[in-house]
Amino acid sequence: MMAGAMPEPAAVETSLARVFARRASWRLSEIVFWIGAFLILLVWPSRSLLINEIAILALFALSLDLILGYAGIVSLGHAAFFGTGAYVAGLLTKHGLSDPTLGLAIAAASAAALGFATSFLVLRGADLTRLMVTLGVALMLFEIANQAAALTGGADGLQGVAPGPVLGLFAFDIFGRTASVYSFAVLILMFLVARRITNSPFGLSLRSIRDNPLRAAAIGIPVARRLVAVYSIGAAYAGVAGALLAQTTQFVSLDVFDFARSADVLLVLIIGGTGYLYGGLLGAVAFKAMQDGFATITPQHWQFWIGFVLVALVLARRDRLARLGHQGMSFVATRLGIDLGKMGTGS
Amino acid sequence: MSAVLETVALAKRFGGLLATDHVSFTLEEGARHALIGPNGAGKTTFVNLLTGVLTPSEGRVLLGAEDVTSLRPDQRVRRGLARTFQINQLFPEMKPLEALALAVSERQGGGNEWWRRIGAGGSGGDGVVAEVARIASRFGLTDVLDRRTASLAYGKQRLLEIALAFACKPRVLLLDEPAAGVPQAERAELISAVAALPREVAVLLIEHDMDLVFAYADRISVLVDGALLTQGPPDEIAKDARVRAVYLGEAQHG
Repeated sequence: MMAGAMPEPAAVETSLARVFARRASWRLSEIVFWIGAFLILLVWPSRSLLINEIAILALFALSLDLILGYAGIVSLGHAAFFGTGAYVAGLLTKHGLSDPTLGLAIAAASAAALGFATSFLVLRGADLTRLMVTLGVALMLFEIANQAAALTGGADGLQGVAPGPVLGLFAFDIFGRTASVYSFAVLILMFLVARRITNSPFGLSLRSIRDNPLRAAAIGIPVARRLVAVYSIGAAYAGVAGALLAQTTQFVSLDVFDFARSADVLLVLIIGGTGYLYGGLLGAVAFKAMQDGFATITPQHWQFWIGFVLVALVLARRDRLARLGHQGMSFVATRLGIDLGKMGTGS
Repeated sequence: MSAVLETVALAKRFGGLLATDHVSFTLEEGARHALIGPNGAGKTTFVNLLTGVLTPSEGRVLLGAEDVTSLRPDQRVRRGLARTFQINQLFPEMKPLEALALAVSERQGGGNEWWRRIGAGGSGGDGVVAEVARIASRFGLTDVLDRRTASLAYGKQRLLEIALAFACKPRVLLLDEPAAGVPQAERAELISAVAALPREVAVLLIEHDMDLVFAYADRISVLVDGALLTQGPPDEIAKDARVRAVYLGEAQHG
């Protein structure tokens, strides 16, 4: 907060610098979140496969948050980049390039290239156009992967994906132990980069574009170029998530491009909330827990309950959302049998 | 005196309508120039042609010596042509502090930097914070810098509207009805902030309020039906019978 009625310019400057520093500094809730996540990883080797899935979904949702939450681009076809990353990583591994991290990098670059190319379609038009264009791109990729069966295995999926050990040291095991730690580590690294980006002048310009693109251009921001940049970055993130799935499950099926995957990740982000980076992470935890929980309780009707929760979430106001989110977290906690305390409410 | 902004036979057609009719207009360095005209005279279209929101059908726009006719709005801003909006165009979810820092940082080319934290203070900083503090104090925004923009009083939002354009360090500042809708109590602060704009900035004021125009401008251009009717110093314009006829309407001696 600012000082009194007639503050000295130097004092104002100092306090402004402090506001900026505070803006980018780590909050207690964030630290608690990551320690909690790390503890779960450590304490729950038996749920490694689930943790791996959550980490991948969280990264995928984070990538959507970058383009939806920070730049305001709605997408119903984000699986296009996830699937591209998955197939690139799968094919690289199958054809001899088995180093996982190198595979991730190439998958990220490929997805980013696709994001860059399709961003020019997304720039045109308003939200409805964007929904249709993104949906259309993902549908086309699905069909291409389906038809190119000689390369992708088509509907049978891509078999024989056997990545080498991570960093040449940690071989993948059937319990998903290495997989979960690997995915989690990649998630943390990518999150740190995303956090850095969102606190930069570039990141602030994205928020201004989401807030008011007309004014953003009127203070000298090249709006189209920034949107192309963030769309490509978001695509790269989604590509990494897809690559992680291919490497850790050692299999790629057509459903990496599926519409349901695009819809799910949007759902995850809406559950968790957009525009503060943690939405995708919290949403992924809540979504997987619900999926897992409802599937156990009512194996035939779990989709009904997920749909029910979605409708309730969207209709509920923001304050109620937060409360529901907290209940979701408690639900996870009960499922996993751990006391998460107050985490997840402050952020 | 030399021209800092100039249009050469600038025209804009919308279908059969000639919204801007070959306007050749000159804004001198450091000018306090007002553009007036009745509703529907084409003031908004003209401003949109100047700023690059619209592309002209004919003619050119020169900023200094440079032809900017084919440049995008953001490119014109970077070359020193900034504007405010008749209806507030702010960033409602951001703080004035962030919005101003963004404008300053963009001007310095910081928008392409995605690894540096914005507003790092001290001697190693980028100077953004110091400049934001200066701009805020000039426009009386120091006390509200850390508040959400949407929560500010309307007068403060109007001041921020101008401050944001000023933060782009323009050579030419287009003020589109800066006092529109400002309650009487907050009006004086706004008008004195406009009056205190430094002389190195040429100001083009698009305004309905004749008191403000005649108090502020040292030159007035009158736009009617998309064309320049006349221009000159305020006293000449006030006496001009054609201006009275078209602008002041039937209220004068019919």
